[in-house]
Amino acid sequence: MNKLVRVAIILFTLSACTSSPKKLPILGSREAVTKVVDGQTVVDTLYQTLPDFEFLNQDSVPITGKTFENSIYVADFFFTSCPSICPIMHRNMVNVYNKYKGNPEVMILSHSIDTKYDTPSVLKKYAEKLGVSGNQWQFASGTKESIYGISPKYMVFTEENDQVAGGFEHQGWFILVDKEKQIRGAYQGTEEKEVQKLMDDIDILLKEYEK
Amino acid sequence: MRNKLLYGAFIVLGICTLLYSCQTGEEIDKARYYINGKLAYETHCQNCHGAKGEGLGLLIPPLTDTTYIRENLNSIAGMIKYGVSGEMVVGGQVYNEVMPAETHLTPVEIAYIINYIGNSFGNNIGFYSQEQTQKDLAGYRP
Repeated sequence: MNKLVRVAIILFTLSACTSSPKKLPILGSREAVTKVVDGQTVVDTLYQTLPDFEFLNQDSVPITGKTFENSIYVADFFFTSCPSICPIMHRNMVNVYNKYKGNPEVMILSHSIDTKYDTPSVLKKYAEKLGVSGNQWQFASGTKESIYGISPKYMVFTEENDQVAGGFEHQGWFILVDKEKQIRGAYQGTEEKEVQKLMDDIDILLKEYEK
Repeated sequence: MRNKLLYGAFIVLGICTLLYSCQTGEEIDKARYYINGKLAYETHCQNCHGAKGEGLGLLIPPLTDTTYIRENLNSIAGMIKYGVSGEMVVGGQVYNEVMPAETHLTPVEIAYIINYIGNSFGNNIGFYSQEQTQKDLAGYRP
């Protein structure tokens, strides 16, 4: 009898361990807003969302926030003649691309910070040589103001700097964005382990949208 | 009689030791160049060519084409130092990108790197000396 009770206690304790499905945090700044719902004043949290944008992709087609409205996406900043971290980043990003190839719910958005040289045709050639076809992986070019203006919104540092190899300084973050344009994760794109974590997190995020 | 045998054994042992130590001399050099080459490769080459020498799509050629490495062995020092541009065929694929020059590298650093690349990723060129590097650099015509 005593034994039975003990087993029951152990089983009960273990059952508490089966966690509810994992959820990714929402990153960035947030503010509390007060509003009136059904005559009652409630406080709600307003999370940071990415502003709308307009760039040209590798096919010279305009892309905006609407292009990504039905998908989560991974954003990064690079340039095609980058001699330092970009080849590592995109070697890792190719793995992400290959894993979700054909899944319209997952897209990639790579912004070129070399706004002079990286025209859509240069980006197209780059994409082809990387083995990328179709429009699941978008390579964005835009004006200096628009590209350098949006990178801080993704919490990624970019800067023109002729003191560094290649002439541009930037961080290698891969930023995971959900369908509500909220940032859900940041991963060091030069680290294979972190990129593996990104792919795990993409799977977790996709589950949020399963019906 | 017994003394003679002992002497004989000593001499044979001595010759063996000498031969063995000569061999390990080159082996040690090879190992030293290889280890230094791994560090230099990680600093100067790996970002683009990858930890496994796999390259990147059609942008950056791999270092795993053993035939290419063997046949172009005497050009590699110059390619590293002065950079590469124009078409090249590696592993049956055409590449046409620019590899930046690394003119700041010294001949011995280049020798380290060639020893590492030449004996990794499936390549097996054996020991590649600093003297050979200097000779190859002097005779390099892109």
